[in-house]
This record gives sequence, C-alpha cells and structure tokens, in this order.
Amino acid sequence: MDTLASLADGFAVALTWQNLFLALVGCFLGTIIGALPGLGPSNGVAILIPLAFTLGLPATPALILLTSVYYGAMYGGRISSILLNIPGDEPALMTTLDGYPMARAGKAGEALAISGLASFVGAFFATWGLVFLAPQLVKVALLFGPAEYFALFVLAFATLGGVASRNQAKAAFAAALGLGIATIGVDGQTGVPRFAFGEVHLYDGIDFLVAIVGLFALSEVFIFLEHRGNGSGADASMRVGRVIPPWKMVRETLPAMGRSTILGFIAGVLPGAGASLGSFISYTFEKRLSDRKGTFGKGDPRGIAAPEAGNNAAAGGALVPMLALGVPGSGTTAVLLAMLLALNITPGPLLFQQNPDVVWGLIAALFIGNLMLLAMNLPMVSLFVRVLLIPTRYLMPAVAMISFVGIYGISGSTFDLLVMIAFGVLGWVLRKLDVPLVPIILGVLLGDQMEKNLRRAMTIHDGDWTMLFNSWLAIGLWTFAVVGFVLPLIIGRYLRPKIADQPIAEGADPD
Amino acid sequence: MPVMSDRIFGVFGLLLAAFYLWQATQIELSFISDPFGPKAFPYMIGIVLAVASGVVVLSPDTEPEWPTFSRLFEIGVATAVMIAYALFLKEYGFIACTSVAAAYLCWRLGAHPLSAVIAGVAIAVGIYVIFHLVLGLSLARGPWGF
Repeated sequence: MDTLASLADGFAVALTWQNLFLALVGCFLGTIIGALPGLGPSNGVAILIPLAFTLGLPATPALILLTSVYYGAMYGGRISSILLNIPGDEPALMTTLDGYPMARAGKAGEALAISGLASFVGAFFATWGLVFLAPQLVKVALLFGPAEYFALFVLAFATLGGVASRNQAKAAFAAALGLGIATIGVDGQTGVPRFAFGEVHLYDGIDFLVAIVGLFALSEVFIFLEHRGNGSGADASMRVGRVIPPWKMVRETLPAMGRSTILGFIAGVLPGAGASLGSFISYTFEKRLSDRKGTFGKGDPRGIAAPEAGNNAAAGGALVPMLALGVPGSGTTAVLLAMLLALNITPGPLLFQQNPDVVWGLIAALFIGNLMLLAMNLPMVSLFVRVLLIPTRYLMPAVAMISFVGIYGISGSTFDLLVMIAFGVLGWVLRKLDVPLVPIILGVLLGDQMEKNLRRAMTIHDGDWTMLFNSWLAIGLWTFAVVGFVLPLIIGRYLRPKIADQPIAEGADPD
Repeated sequence: MPVMSDRIFGVFGLLLAAFYLWQATQIELSFISDPFGPKAFPYMIGIVLAVASGVVVLSPDTEPEWPTFSRLFEIGVATAVMIAYALFLKEYGFIACTSVAAAYLCWRLGAHPLSAVIAGVAIAVGIYVIFHLVLGLSLARGPWGF
C-alpha cells in the first residue's frame, strides 16, 4: 500500500496555508471561469499560466492553483447551462438538455444542487481512479524506450484526430502545423538554426505559452467581435430558489452518477477524448438505459446528473496520461502540460520517481479542492450566478488585456506580443474553417520531445528504420495509433458525438 | 460555390507545405550530426502537411458562415489596435495604452462610448492594482512612471 503512503505524504505537502489558500483561489476563479460563457477551462488556464509563472510560484503551488482552476471550471460550466441555456464551456453542453427545462419549470435551484453534487461525485471518484491507475501506468511507461515514446506521441495525435474531431484531414493538418512550429529555432542536437530566416527572435523558437494564449484566449475575443451583440449578459430575472437537493431526488440520481463516473473516467483516460466526450457518452448511455418514460430532455434530474458526473470524472481521468506518460489527451491537460514544461518539469514516469512531492501534493490538493468546490457550489451558488450578469462587452476586453499582461510579464518582449496577436488571428481563421486547435497546441508542446525520441532511437540503432517497430510494446502502440485514426473513419458515423456537429462547436472552447 | 473556403484553405496548406519543405532543404548541416540529422523530422512533417492539405482540397467540408465585410473590417481594425498596443506599450506605459485599447474593445463590443472609456480606464487601473501593486508583476513603465 505504498500508494496510500505516498498519498499521505501528498497531504502533508498540500496542507500548508499557502497551498490551501491557492487551492481556494483556484477553485473560486475556476468556477467563475467555467460559468462565464466564452471562457472555459482551457483558455482560462491558458491566461493564468503566464501569470502563475511570472509570479515565481514554485512548481507544486503553481500546479495546485491551476488544476484547481481546471476542476473549478468543470463545476462552473453547468451554471450558465442550466440558467441561460448557454453552456459555460463545451463539456457543459449536454447539461443544457435537461438543465434548462428544469430551470424553466422553476426548479433551477434543485438542478444546480443536483449537478453540483454530481460534479463532486464524478470528480471525487475520478481522483481516486487517478491515485490507483497512474502508478500502474507508470510501471508500464518505465519499460518505454525512445522508439516506444515516439510511437506513443504518434498514438496521441492519431486518436486525437480520429476520435475527437470531425475531419481527420484537418486534424492531421493541425498536428503537422503545430509540430512544424515546434521545429522553428536552433536544433537542440546539432546546433543549427532551422526556419529562423535570420531573425534573432526566432532562434529560441516560439514560446508555447505565446501560442497557447493567442490561439485559445485571444481568438475568443475575435469570435465575440464577430458576433457583437449576441450573447451579452444574462437577464436579471432568473431565480435560483432552494439549493438544497431533496433527498428523494438525490437517491433517484445516485445510480446515474455512479455509472456516469465510470464511463466519464474511462473516456478521460483514453487519449484524444476528454471531458466533452465524457459528458456526451454518459448522457447518451444514461438516456438509453433509464429513459423509460421519455422524460429525458424535458427536465429529468438524471439528465443533469449523468453529464455532470461524466465530465468531471473525465477531467480527473484526463490527468492520468498527462501525469504518468507526459502525453495529454485533451485541450486543457495540454495547457497544464505547458505549465509543467514552463516550470522545467517533464511529466512522465520519472516525475513520479524524482518529484513525488509534486505529483502527490497535486493529487492531495485535488481532493481538498473538490471538498472546497462542493462547499462553494452548493450554498454559495447564487454568488456565481451574479457573476453571469457581467456583460461580455466589458469582460472580453479585460480578458484580452490580461492575456497581454501575462505574455508581457514573461519576457517583456514586444515581439512576443506581436506573435501572440498573429496566433490570435490564426486561431480565429482556423476555428472558422473548423480546424481543431488542440492538435496544434499538442504539436507545439510535444514536437521537441517527439523529434528527440525519434532521433535517439535512430542513433541507438544507427539509423535503421525498422527498429521503430522492434518491440511488442511499440508494435502495440502503433497498432492502436492506426486503429484509433482509421476506425473512426469507418464507423465514425455511428460513434462520433453529435455534439460536434452542432454550430456551437465553432465558438466553443476545446474541452 | 459551396465549398470554396476549404479548397482555398487546402491550396494554401499545400503552398505552406511546399515552402516548409523547401526551407527544410536549406537547413545547413553542421559537421557533427546524428544519423538522422536535423532535416528528416521536418521532411516528415512537411509530407503530412501536404497530404492533409491535399485531402482537404479533394474533399472539402461545407462552407463556414463567414461574417459580412463590415464584421471582417471590425476584426481587422481590432487587430490593428492590438498591434499598435504592442508597439506603443513601452513608449507610453501600461495604463495609458491599456486604457485606450480596452476602451476601444469595449466600445466595439457594444458599450456606450462614455461607459466604454470608463470601463477602459477601470480595466487598466484594476489590472495595474492587482497585478503590479498587489502581486508584484512587472508591467511596462511609461514616461509618467506607470
């Protein structure tokens, strides 16, 4: 039971006043970020990374702050789904289906309470899943050599493109674009500049934080400029009512929460899926299983409990591959990976061995954060409802300016600001063209590692290509990669989430 | 022409891939090198980029809803304002530049001009207080010290 012993050590790390305070701030900010339409987990965390970075927080506190924001956003997304019928972020889309009808029937308070409880159940048990699954995955990952790692990166891109996007060609384009951006700068192994065009600023490569903030946060501002006037603040007439769930309703929805937690967690662990898919699968499954009277979609509490438990469980599950392998499976975990890389921490099996305090401190903080979020989201939910009244015409400029402040804080460089603006415009154009942004980010983040492992494998084996498929582990990973990319092409018509086909996906926050 | 956007996008992607591959051939080799060298990985990326773009040209998606010209102009001007913001930031300092840029964005997002100005100043001062005075982040200093 050394897992539990490590966890206990983690609690010792997390239970300092500073870390508790950061978790509280993170949960609070996260819920607000999740609740506000237009700000979701990935762009919310993206804006905060440069800030946490420039504030000089050490690794563990910084991670605690940002993962609390991540968990908090998963809780917050449901608030505007239920009250306004506008998902606060993409995973909360499914919650609108039953949440809004419930609110219209005067049961907004109950809907918020049940969904808050479901969020807690999903996140809490998924964190337990993380505790037990991650160390197992680490054991496997310790067997990986460079060739296996290269295959693993390919697998991550393949499943991301295959499962999570509508058009595989565009996902492949996005991944290649991201990897291409990552190759800009001086080559780490031979010291020759690549794609720098003699520009001094490019010799260092393009900072992934600049790319992330531009693509995720700034492009959102452009989307709002494009649709000016629509989706401004909420009307003040919404009533929340009682926020203590009736016991009968809790008992009724509990099985749905349990099933959805398991499904969501699995969806989260799989590379390329993520919270949106988790909530989608949970809702669809629950509907098939228990919708006997046709009440789903008309305000059935189970229709809120299922997607909310599902997306929070997926959020926890998505941390498993990110921490244990260093390969994120979703937009937000990619952003969290950026945070780790910015702090000079490489996630993966070695992280568990060399910095156990970081990993277990973080996991302990997730448990604490969950309790805080439950406390915040049940009695204090009306406070967050007020936040929804801030009109976007004041909110989005503030978001843009905070993005500039964060990037300027890192380097103090005008060039970086200009690059960020360029990424913002690029992000807007690509969103219009329905090119997914997450593979770009993943490419920019992982490009360096991917190339390093490929070349290391080639150096070991003297440039023999066949050595990439030399072990059963590598062959297995390649097979999964091919299947993950090709299978959705064939049977995708049946499995692919229909959420992705709705127009909302264009402006939505990836994951 | 229901599918023009994607075809143009695909052609653009092909051009980008060609340019990228051409640049990759221009990478100078150093006298020490691993068996794989600094060029091979870019070649692989370039090929994926080209193939993906080619597929987009051949089987484009349905046309996205492009904004009207006035909206595009709006985005263009906002971009210009942001670029100006980045360029003038060091010269005139954080508060002045941020007030102007934030006020502009508030106004264009639908706020009344007067309230936009107030909001712009409030955003600038608010960020300055929170991030500079409380959290100690370094912000651009203008001629007036803020």
